[in-house]
Amino acid sequence: MDIHEYQAKEILNGFGVEVPPGALAYSPEQAAYRARELGGEKWIVKAQVHAGGRGKAGGVQLCSSENEIHEAADSMFGKKLVTHQTGAEGKGIYRVYVEGAVVIDREIYLGFVLDRSSQRIMIVASSEGGMEIEEISAERPDSIVRAIVEPAVGLQDFQAREIAFKLGVEPAMMQQMVRTLKGCYRAFTELDATMVEINPLVVTGDNRIVALDAKMTFDDNAMFRHPQISELRDKSQEDPRESRAADRGLSYVGLDGNIGCIVNGAGLAMATMDTIKLAGGEPANFLDIGGGATPERVAKAFNLVTSDANVQAILVNIFAGINRCDWVAEGVVQALRANPVDVPVVVRLSGTNVEEGQKIIAQSGLPLIRATTLMEAAERAVGAWKNDLSQNTRVRAVQ
Amino acid sequence: MSILLDRDSKVIVQGITGKMARFHTKDMLDYGTNVVGGVVPGKGGEIVEGVPVFNTVKEAVAATGANASLVFVPPPFAADSIMEAADAGIQYCVCITDGIPAQDMIRVKRYMMRYKREDRMVLTGPNCAGTISPGKALLGIMPGHIYLQGNVGIIGRSGTLGYEAAAQLKELGLGVSTSVGIGGDPINGSSFKDILAWFENDPETEVIAMIGEIGGPQEAEAADYIKNHVTKPVVAYVAGLTAPKGRTMGHAGAIISAFGESASEKVEILSAAGVTVAENPAVIGETIAAVIKAKAA
Repeated sequence: MDIHEYQAKEILNGFGVEVPPGALAYSPEQAAYRARELGGEKWIVKAQVHAGGRGKAGGVQLCSSENEIHEAADSMFGKKLVTHQTGAEGKGIYRVYVEGAVVIDREIYLGFVLDRSSQRIMIVASSEGGMEIEEISAERPDSIVRAIVEPAVGLQDFQAREIAFKLGVEPAMMQQMVRTLKGCYRAFTELDATMVEINPLVVTGDNRIVALDAKMTFDDNAMFRHPQISELRDKSQEDPRESRAADRGLSYVGLDGNIGCIVNGAGLAMATMDTIKLAGGEPANFLDIGGGATPERVAKAFNLVTSDANVQAILVNIFAGINRCDWVAEGVVQALRANPVDVPVVVRLSGTNVEEGQKIIAQSGLPLIRATTLMEAAERAVGAWKNDLSQNTRVRAVQ
Repeated sequence: MSILLDRDSKVIVQGITGKMARFHTKDMLDYGTNVVGGVVPGKGGEIVEGVPVFNTVKEAVAATGANASLVFVPPPFAADSIMEAADAGIQYCVCITDGIPAQDMIRVKRYMMRYKREDRMVLTGPNCAGTISPGKALLGIMPGHIYLQGNVGIIGRSGTLGYEAAAQLKELGLGVSTSVGIGGDPINGSSFKDILAWFENDPETEVIAMIGEIGGPQEAEAADYIKNHVTKPVVAYVAGLTAPKGRTMGHAGAIISAFGESASEKVEILSAAGVTVAENPAVIGETIAAVIKAKAA
């Protein structure tokens, strides 16, 4: 789960990380008022969206009067911010953060991630702050400092100092840097984050170390023990189909193709998408309905997939292990009787009780296209879609 | 022979009183697995599916001589159960539970370091379908009937995709020595590399099949290991060629973040290590069959 910059800053500040004074606004008027409250002569107005690369997309603007703040905020509210991380559809701006501008001496990149090789938390830092970490690792890989934290004892002072010295932090600011690093580490572990990124972490003209930006991502699996973090979820930043799926216990990712996929298991779902592509089609989505493919789940999956207007054919691929195929077949039939769809549906069942399952599909009277192997299923789905397009009508069954 | 699990394995089920655990305990017993007991704190003394329930893993081990465990405990408590098994002297543990916090798994892995390598419990999973040595024993939730007994060792991250591979093999009359699910989580008990070492030393396994997917460094690490340590032929398939970069695809593990983590990069790295890569999921079985044929020739 992602949270907004202002929320991450508030959390990190609670763990001893210094942040610039700032305040949240829900309208241009409020933004201008916030600046007056904050005082000072220069402010930054920052669009609050769950994505990086805001600066280049016009989502971060430097202002030196209340009028400018009003204008900047007005240009953001209600718009979709499109950055290299949002995809073409962008993310809606409904909140802006107004922050007092800081005189920057130098910028540092600081990230905490779960390192899957060492299976521990890794600190990644670079003296080249301000750039995206991908750019840094491409252009200045030698500037990257890495450290792995021993989980039994946590981040030690000596490790934090080593990182700080490698980044060229002045001895006078060492303590502050150590406090910042240890604060991020504590926030990461105590709140079950999977990523903490401060880019840039700056050394100011008056020798302070301040987080100018902050991103935190949390482990969805651990939110049961952090209700205060769960509350920060902002559905306006999620793909509505994906959040609807998540609320129903399904795992869905919308894509650009037109063959909708309903599969049990993430690996098989990806394999199904690959096979569709191989057969000459494009998958419209990734959808894992989970191990227990109950009739209700199958029904919800159909609703979700057909809510995508681009879907012109549906491929159901269920490998019944714990479930029996006859049971899954019942689910498919029930779902389609209750909510008929007007695109061709290919059903491939495999595993336990496959014959009974096929029989139910065949005898249902529904125009379902059956397939036995994965390849056959993909070819029939692509065939049904193409046939459908060439005739410019809704073909309901091809076999 | 087979690896990790055979007819002699004495199995306990942690969390045996849950609905799913009961169901699968019965399934494992029906398959012929030697399930000797269960563990649920506070429910010691009960009998489930004909086997006794104990309050602690230590008690269960003392009373039954159990050496293998299946963890079916809900996510908030699963890490604790794995550590309990490790401390009680269980040699092999499969954790089925999906949804364990990543930092709990970091703690588990760190905790297990306190045992000498030769005494350390082998953990596979979490978030996996389990392990099966066909014709001998089943420690997990997979449908036993899709596996024939034979000489292909399977290692897979995904449950149902592993079923797909086993079913394709069965269709071709090919059997499996052991199939091990290592699970889809970012921090898991055993990696491809760990299980490759087991198969390399198993006289019954002739060919090893690796079913990977996008995300994580484990396929690339396995490629490196295969180049230097594995003499048996290895076949691989990597799911997710069409997956968009930077998106999580269901498994917490399946997100691309670095070089060597996209499906095409993994295919490239594995091929370079001498692994035969099945180009699409529909030909996993055929590819393995071709490699077996080439080996025999």
